[in-house]
Amino acid sequence: MTALPDKTDRKLGLVIDLDTCVGCHACVISCKGWNTENYGAPLSDQDAYGAAPSGTFLNRVHSYEVQPLATSDKVQPPAQLIHFPKSCLHCDDAPCVTVCPTGASYKRVEDGIVLVNESDCIGCGLCAWACPYGAREKDEAEGVMKKCTLCVDRIYNENLEEIDRVPTCVRTCPSGARHFGDLADPDSHVSRLTAERGGMDLMPEMGTRPVNKYLPPRPKDALPEIDVLAPYLAPVDDAPGGFLGWLDKTLEKL
Amino acid sequence: MPHKQPTLNLSPKVSDEVRKTTCYMCACRCGINVHMKGGKVAYIEGNRDHPVNKGVLCAKGSAGIMQHNAPARLRAPLKRVGPRGSGEFEEISWDEALDIATGWLAPIRRDNPEKLAFFTGRDQSQSFTSFWAQNFGTPNYAAHGGFCSVNMAAAGIYTMGGAFWEFGQPDWDHTKLFMLFGVAEDHDSNPIKMGIGKIKARGARVIGVNPIRTGYNAVADDWVGITPGTDGLFIMALIHCLMKAGKIDLDYLARFTNAPCLVNSDEKSPEYGLLLRDPDGKELVIDRNTGKPAPFDQKGVRPDLAATHRAAGVTHRPVMHLMAERYLSDDHAPEAVADRTGISAARIRAIASELARVAFDEAFELDHAWTDFRGEHHTKMTGRPVSFHAMRGISAHANGFQTCRALHVLQIILGTVEVPGGFRFKPPYPKPATAHPKPHCQATCNGPLDGPHLGFVQGPEDLALKPDGTAARIDKAFTWDNPMSAHGLMHMVISNAHAGDPYKIDTLFMYMANMAWNSSMNTRGVIDMLTDTDESGDYVIPRIIYSDAYSSEMVAYADLILPDTTYLERHDCISLLDRPICEADAAADAIRWPVVEPDRDVRGFQSVLCDLGARLDLPGFVTEAGDQKYADYADYIINHERRPGIGPLAGWRTGEQGLTAGRGAPNASQIDNYIENGGFFVEHIPKGANYYKPWNMAYQDWAVGMGLFDKPLPYLFSLYVEPMRRFQLAAEGHGDRQPPDHLRERIRRTMDPLPIWYDPSGDNRAEEYPITALTQRPMAMYHSWGSQNAWLRQLHGHNPLYLPPNLMRDNGLKDGDWATVTSPHGEITVPVLEMAALNPNTVWTWNAIGKRKGAWALDKDAPEATKGFLLNHLIHELLPPKGDGLRWANSDPITGQAAWFDLKVRIAKAAPQNQSKPVMKPIKSPVGQGPDNLAWKVGK
Amino acid sequence: MHPAPSVIIFTTFSGLGFGLLAWLGLGFPDVTGWSAFAFFTIAYVCAVGGLMASAFHLGRPERALKAFTQWRTSWLSREAVTSVAALLVMGVYAIGTIFFDKALPLVGVIGAALSLLTVFTTSMIYAQLKTVPRWHTALTPVMFLALAIAGGALLAGEVTTAAVLLALAGVVVMATWLHGDGAFARSGTTLATATGLGSIGTPRAFEPPHTGTNYLLREFVFVVGRKHGTKLRIIAFTLAIALPVILLLVPFSHWLAAVAVLSHVAGVLVTRWLFFAQAEHVVGLYYGKR
Ligand SMILES: Nc1nc2c(c(=O)[nH]1)N[C@H]1C(S)=C(S)[C@@H](COP(=O)(O)OP(=O)(O)OC[C@H]3O[C@@H](n4cnc5c(=O)[nH]c(N)nc54)[C@H](O)[C@@H]3O)O[C@H]1N2
Ligand SMILES: Nc1nc2c(c(=O)[nH]1)N[C@H]1C(S)=C(S)[C@@H](COP(=O)(O)OP(=O)(O)OC[C@H]3O[C@@H](n4cnc5c(=O)[nH]c(N)nc54)[C@H](O)[C@@H]3O)O[C@H]1N2
Ligand code: SF4
Ligand code: SF4
Ligand code: SF4
Ligand code: SF4
Ligand code: SF4
Ligand SMILES: [Mo]
Repeated sequence: MTALPDKTDRKLGLVIDLDTCVGCHACVISCKGWNTENYGAPLSDQDAYGAAPSGTFLNRVHSYEVQPLATSDKVQPPAQLIHFPKSCLHCDDAPCVTVCPTGASYKRVEDGIVLVNESDCIGCGLCAWACPYGAREKDEAEGVMKKCTLCVDRIYNENLEEIDRVPTCVRTCPSGARHFGDLADPDSHVSRLTAERGGMDLMPEMGTRPVNKYLPPRPKDALPEIDVLAPYLAPVDDAPGGFLGWLDKTLEKL
Repeated sequence: MPHKQPTLNLSPKVSDEVRKTTCYMCACRCGINVHMKGGKVAYIEGNRDHPVNKGVLCAKGSAGIMQHNAPARLRAPLKRVGPRGSGEFEEISWDEALDIATGWLAPIRRDNPEKLAFFTGRDQSQSFTSFWAQNFGTPNYAAHGGFCSVNMAAAGIYTMGGAFWEFGQPDWDHTKLFMLFGVAEDHDSNPIKMGIGKIKARGARVIGVNPIRTGYNAVADDWVGITPGTDGLFIMALIHCLMKAGKIDLDYLARFTNAPCLVNSDEKSPEYGLLLRDPDGKELVIDRNTGKPAPFDQKGVRPDLAATHRAAGVTHRPVMHLMAERYLSDDHAPEAVADRTGISAARIRAIASELARVAFDEAFELDHAWTDFRGEHHTKMTGRPVSFHAMRGISAHANGFQTCRALHVLQIILGTVEVPGGFRFKPPYPKPATAHPKPHCQATCNGPLDGPHLGFVQGPEDLALKPDGTAARIDKAFTWDNPMSAHGLMHMVISNAHAGDPYKIDTLFMYMANMAWNSSMNTRGVIDMLTDTDESGDYVIPRIIYSDAYSSEMVAYADLILPDTTYLERHDCISLLDRPICEADAAADAIRWPVVEPDRDVRGFQSVLCDLGARLDLPGFVTEAGDQKYADYADYIINHERRPGIGPLAGWRTGEQGLTAGRGAPNASQIDNYIENGGFFVEHIPKGANYYKPWNMAYQDWAVGMGLFDKPLPYLFSLYVEPMRRFQLAAEGHGDRQPPDHLRERIRRTMDPLPIWYDPSGDNRAEEYPITALTQRPMAMYHSWGSQNAWLRQLHGHNPLYLPPNLMRDNGLKDGDWATVTSPHGEITVPVLEMAALNPNTVWTWNAIGKRKGAWALDKDAPEATKGFLLNHLIHELLPPKGDGLRWANSDPITGQAAWFDLKVRIAKAAPQNQSKPVMKPIKSPVGQGPDNLAWKVGK
Repeated sequence: MHPAPSVIIFTTFSGLGFGLLAWLGLGFPDVTGWSAFAFFTIAYVCAVGGLMASAFHLGRPERALKAFTQWRTSWLSREAVTSVAALLVMGVYAIGTIFFDKALPLVGVIGAALSLLTVFTTSMIYAQLKTVPRWHTALTPVMFLALAIAGGALLAGEVTTAAVLLALAGVVVMATWLHGDGAFARSGTTLATATGLGSIGTPRAFEPPHTGTNYLLREFVFVVGRKHGTKLRIIAFTLAIALPVILLLVPFSHWLAAVAVLSHVAGVLVTRWLFFAQAEHVVGLYYGKR
């Protein structure tokens, strides 16, 4: 139903570590693979081998360059590159749900997952218009709205080993940049990570209150270039041939 | 209104069955779970139990289903009917195909086996293909290592008895500072990502040295945007700083390296620069206990790093002296290299300090007792938590061998190889260069070659030269041009065969190498060579046999195509005899098996070689009765023995009491055993044996037990690589095998036994072409194959050239403009985009995205073929002519490594284009074009 | 936003149709019989035709009925409900005037209110979207209503009223444009807030996730050149407002009135094209397209 539940029992979601994501797209393709074969209609591709291929994906990895501001000791800090995976953030205040005219879009009470009930969806696209994050894509072949399901058909799936009951993108991420858990539980691994690393919301001004959090990149290029480390490089002996002399002396002590 | 929601089936059936095999989309070779529904592949995920990937899978691996079902798959053997390059073929039967091949190859073997050149590209069965070639008797075999990263492999093996590649790995669990040189992706794709993830989770520091800040370098805490080709200078400046400050591990250097070994220092001696040895050939060191020379490995010997020694009137100085002399020189001070490397002196010092701080202040101990090769017992293992990894960014330059060597010297002086927290080898490494075979090139008609083709030369006597001094091999590997070319020179094969230099060949037989496109330097030129005809109208390279699984560009240039299966349809083994998938803590190997049967008239190439080998009567492929020895590759995998008890697979062999690991007789159900175990085999190295492996007797004994070698092989790391000195001596006029005069000076200069740096940019006319142009591997694409994959090609469908802001500005360019890129060799016109996190003198693009129109079952207007492009059009296999009439290869003069990254260019704005240039004629697709729309679902 | 013909046609014609229905419901023009039939036909063709056009926008038009269920929360659902209610109520009114010569004033007023409510609900589909700052303003419903009422008056042949209302609508349209041009910047949503990377420095989109296009780019990232936009605005304003007003001010003729109507419709179509084409969805930020 289109009304949002007053409250969900849990808030399942992803925490994505921007300090660690290497931009490999593994999560993108694994997601495509699982969700093509599972929940709802397959994620189709148009002009698959042609001049303008285009397909439905529930997770895409962007990349951004950031030019840090100059500081007193870094006049021209080097630009940074950040890989940025993005899928549905399973917002608490999901505008995509309330705009839906059919009730196809809904947020689950038990875990907060935002889903599309494909058999009710008329493919009007309004929910995608309402989502600030570009997390919904209408499938051209099926004519219905597609979005990240948080792998709802994996995370409780009794046909999978317990350890595998996580979203496929999390399971596959080689660098461990994706974390899955209950963000309503302050003691969960994901809540602790968010607290420790300053996990942030995307577009907080939209008032969507996303469940997914992003861990910001740690400060970069911070290796001090000045004297802090100088003692480590004090020459052993400045005299000509000093090194060999030092070698001799030091070897004595070994 | 009350909240209502549908009831979902939260536990849908995932699949009917899971079949566990090994991925093939790169040389990482991860374990995969192939989920089957109704006999079809439904979903592929990583195998959690697998030692390589532990459950994770990269984009290519997850897209395996699209690879396996690609419309570009070849369907039957093909015989060329149109001219080469047209793509016109006729489908023929396997019988006919094998008859044709036999008809071409049998006379060659009878009359002159060197007329066959058999080269393999992305081959994961090199120990098998080389065995076939050896039995055929041609000296002309190699895989792709020569254009790939032989500098890295050879430098590692000559220096430390093991290399980066996938042959070693940082101690991810303990390292606190990880420094990465010139890596975009590498072969160990998933393990590197897992490792970086692990150390980042711990908050340890990663330093990335790379002109381009993407991928691993983007997540690095510190990025050193070095000027391409200058890493050697940077590394030697670090060595300078560390030595000067005494921040080197003297104990380690004295015990485990040749730093204390004595070097003949008499310039007039014919042995000048060689190591002093005892009559058994053991290197001598001065024993601090006695002050007298002693073989390095004797019980109780305490090698002296400082003492010199006079013997027979000749002064011998320890290697350590030579190193001090060289690296303490002001030439190697940070200030001296800052400009050329583009790294400030302060930054170089900061990094040197950090290396010193972490290596020595953060040293730690593990409570593992161990005994070294001198019999000395240690109660603990000292850890130095600094680790390094490097790949083609430093090795694919013409100074790459020496740069890789320099990096190993840096690792070694910090005492951080094979120690906790440092860099560790994976079995069957460590293994010194001397324990590898030497190259063999003696062909006899109708007989096998005299030994394995590839190996590690120890001096001029091991070169692959004919009695008249000319090259014995078509690629001129192991000649004075590139004496230590341990992997051959695949990139020179077509060029040399076309030029008839050193000789002409009859048949070029290739497997899995897209030489008419992205794996060639000088793509256009190679296409011309493949299609060139002589006066009588015959092709200059008369016959080409090629095995591919897909409709690649190269297919169009062959006369006979032997279509391979996809990786899910065949048997394979990932063998310890080959490029293994081991871990630093374990030996491991794996198989592939047909999780689905092919639905086309295709055959696994290795099985085809078993058949062809028997038809040609090759000794290893027929029984004594003259029948086919191995019915197929699976039969070979199970029953072949390289040495008694040692076969392609180490797991589940037949021992005296039941099944055993390592050594043992063949076991008929070995492949079933592998399948039951998830497709792989692992044997862990016992605790206490898993560090200090080159010197650790417990490891040595374990390795002998596993059959990795036949007797313990402890050795010293070679800071000083004596075989190089032997080549220098020859160039100086010593010995009876002498280099041609035009190479003397270069050999003397480049083959320095201690790492040096020289500048290859002059040879590439950097004064006129000042910008370096690079390629990087996209993590989600594998060379040319990715584009036929409907999912992956959406990620990288075309490739812009990335320029730094200064070059954009200087050339009046903005995003989306087109530019002409010119090298001494050619010109391309391509779309450009700006990138700030880039060295100011470097431009780059993704590798192998550009495609030939008509290939890969793609529309001829596919973006890969219209906007995509290759830098390969700008790269030549030869250096720009020097005016001496000689053909100078664009390769490292020591190893022959293709110098892809020495490419120098000029850039100018071009008018807007609708296609990248050069525009090449479409080839006719032997498989048609893929379907328009996909809505892939196997179940339901 | 992608200016899909279906939504442009839908909003333009349903606006006109419901605008005309509103006037008819209020008794302007006070017609019966055949002339009522003519007016109602025009109104119903516009309104129903517009609604049907909107179905082309659906991926699954055969399930369109499901869109009536979520009126408590969804403006689109409300639009469906009110439009049908308006059409039904006005149908009763129309039957009265056409066949029984009898206007039912109460029904007419209710029908008129429902008609305007329909236009309002349509406008709220857009105005509710925070993701499109240009639309997320009270001016959006005002603009939709102003054009519907003025256009309705024009179709209803209320010459003087139409002229005045068109002029007023012109002011509103201008105001939406002027307001809209700064809306994205004022919304405070930037690539920095979208990525959270603003604390490091200035972010810039580097590689897009896929080299090809996708649904999001097709649907949300449509860029109209500034010059082109201005030109179209002049055309739109001339056709929708200026020309009809002038034509209404000169002495009345059916021909001129017909030209005024056609011009207005064409003009509104262009304003609607601009309404979509110039609307910047925040998702474009992620693609470096803002
Ligand atoms: N500019 C530039 N060029 C480069 C490089 C660079 O860095 N820059 N790198 C170089 C390096 S290091 C390398 S290793 C080469 C790689 O270049 P190649 O070794 O040529 O690699 P691929 O392009 O993958 O071509 C391998 C061929 O194997 C085929 N193939 C795939 N699967 C199978 C199979 O199962 N069976 C068979 N029989 N065939 C199969 C593919 O269809 C393809 O035609 O490129 C080199 N080229
Ligand atoms: N996904 C994927 N994985 C692959 C492959 C693939 O095609 N796709 N190919 C496989 C093969 S055959 C190979 S050989 C490996 C190669 O794996 P890599 O060694 O990672 O090779 P490249 O992608 O060529 O990246 C070379 C890197 O070196 C940097 N570089 C270039 N010149 C210099 C320099 O002078 N100094 C420094 N410090 N850096 C420099 C480049 O910027 C680039 O980042 O990858 C293997 N793995
Ligand atoms: S991210 Fe978008 S689709 Fe997902 S819940 Fe939030 S608004 Fe809805
Ligand atoms: S597209 Fe489907 S899910 Fe989205 S708003 Fe329309 S009906 Fe609801
Ligand atoms: S949670 Fe599942 S559906 Fe969502 S992005 Fe990850 S893999 Fe895709
Ligand atoms: S799989 Fe992990 S590292 Fe790779 S792009 Fe996705 S989040 Fe980033
Ligand atoms: S890294 Fe990727 S492509 Fe390579 S073997 Fe592993 S899963 Fe396959
Ligand atoms: Mo390679």
